[in-house]
Amino acid sequence: MPAPDHAAEAVTFPGMPRLVGITGISGNLGKALARLLHTEAHIVGIDRRPFREKPKDLPHYQVDIRKRKLGEVFRRHRIEALIHLGIMHDPRVPFSEAHSFNILGTQKLLELCVQHGVKKVVVLSSANVYGPLPDNSNFLTEETPLMAADRYSDVRDLIEVDMYAQSFLWKHPDIETVVLRPVHIVGPTVRNAPSNYLRLERPITVLGFDPMVQLIHMDDVCRAMVLALKPGVRGVYNVTGPGEIPLSTVLKELGRKPVRVPHFLVRGLLRRAFEARLTSFPPEEVDHLQFLCAVDGSRAARDLGYAPRHSLRETIRSVLPN
Amino acid sequence: MSDLGAALRERLRALTFELGGPGTRERLEKLTPPRNEYGVDPYGFDVDFAIAAIAPFLWFYRKYFRVQVHGIERVPAEGRVLLVPNHSGQLPFDAAMLAISTLVEMDPPRFVRALVEKWVPRLPFVSSFYARLGQVVGTPENCRRLLAAEEAILVFPEGVRGLNKPFRQRYQLQDFGLGFMRLALEAEAPIVPVGIVGAEEQAPALVDLKFLARLLAIPAMPITPTPLALPLPTRYHIHFGEPMRFTGSADDEDAVLEEKVGEVKRAVQKLLDEGVRERKHVFW
Repeated sequence: MPAPDHAAEAVTFPGMPRLVGITGISGNLGKALARLLHTEAHIVGIDRRPFREKPKDLPHYQVDIRKRKLGEVFRRHRIEALIHLGIMHDPRVPFSEAHSFNILGTQKLLELCVQHGVKKVVVLSSANVYGPLPDNSNFLTEETPLMAADRYSDVRDLIEVDMYAQSFLWKHPDIETVVLRPVHIVGPTVRNAPSNYLRLERPITVLGFDPMVQLIHMDDVCRAMVLALKPGVRGVYNVTGPGEIPLSTVLKELGRKPVRVPHFLVRGLLRRAFEARLTSFPPEEVDHLQFLCAVDGSRAARDLGYAPRHSLRETIRSVLPN
Repeated sequence: MSDLGAALRERLRALTFELGGPGTRERLEKLTPPRNEYGVDPYGFDVDFAIAAIAPFLWFYRKYFRVQVHGIERVPAEGRVLLVPNHSGQLPFDAAMLAISTLVEMDPPRFVRALVEKWVPRLPFVSSFYARLGQVVGTPENCRRLLAAEEAILVFPEGVRGLNKPFRQRYQLQDFGLGFMRLALEAEAPIVPVGIVGAEEQAPALVDLKFLARLLAIPAMPITPTPLALPLPTRYHIHFGEPMRFTGSADDEDAVLEEKVGEVKRAVQKLLDEGVRERKHVFW
């Protein structure tokens, strides 16, 4: 059953920037964003990976955002808005390398935005920065402290980038900075931890725990990022998908047969399996299978005029092969 | 938890309707929280699951504790409201019985969400079971959101202090927290004081082995003559008081709030004292 092609519907509004820089454009989310925005604005791609199947009229710079060469991109093009997706999450990349890339890279990039008079900066963070904690409220607002590193130090990077973007927001009132914190992104080509988890035939769950989860289709995230380019929009926004649903219901919808492991065993077992490369599911992510990390997306709905287009069922089923 | 066999679920539903008495099905079908295509509300409340899952509690309600309600018409039929009862009995049967009373004795039924302790989400099975029944963790943020959505909330200001108190302190209210008053003031929500008579005798705790509780990282370790899982079949009387409305700032000093909280506490105590006086016997 092919889902209606929501992605094809372009998002546009008065005051759309003429030239938008996108970091991390070679990733699956970056490509989807480029496809969506391409008809409405000129795009410059920035990524250290090559951009395969790139449209001819889209200049792409294969540079490391930490390097001096990045300045050349800004000198050569009058970038009006920048969307920064180039944050590395890969658990297989050595932590120090990812850390340097994420923190130094973001800092370098935002400095160049100041120097070259970029009007709008959109940084893609994640709702994971709040962390799945047992005493979380059911819907976390943007003011909630970023406590994820409390239990899972590897999200420290993401939190640091998010915090850095926030301080940038206050330091530069002349630049419209937007920090987006989407819930778990899923989609046919997405290869992040939640999507990979949902593709497992026999995913691990924690016996006796069934938290409400929020998923968002990659197309909807892309639409939110484009909407964040609207003139006048600045601040921090949670971005939610079509609703909340128990994890068990998601797995049932996908026809999975979960392996239920008692909570006092699951972390140790997964740690071993991960180290032995038997699973790509990072053991720290177990908290997401046990506790709530759901957010309130009403601010983005109000200020960005954002609403998801994919239904709950479409969003869940988007991880399945066509 | 939600993959309770379909057949079992159907039988439990039938049991709920039977124990609830004539018209229960029609009444419970009036419960229509906002639901998505998978039948849950944004907090995880699953009405169909709940109607099946309350069957055993409804059995306790009708056959075991033989609950009698007094003044339930004082609970507003709609709009934001906080129900504030005493808490006792080692295991929170009082919360379950109160929540059931508004479902089976009111028409249309009123679904009440209890704010549960912050450590509940750490408990396997209990956490997911509570969530499907629509219970939420008692954070101020959750409470605010629910009151803004015109929901009815059940708060036990005594918390575990009341739940796990020893038998000799029955019908003596423990200290009330102030949080519920701040939230009521902020949301301008009425407070319905509730006196639950009977629960205080259901599991007489002779001593509370505090050191053992600390060792096991649980809130209390009461020693009762009955096995903890099964309370004594005391008869419950649930007395609802007149809704109380308070005005003032939620940011007032504690002393100001304490006065208002004291008023609620006295109202609950009065309901309890009268209830104990009026009843014929602990067990019937």
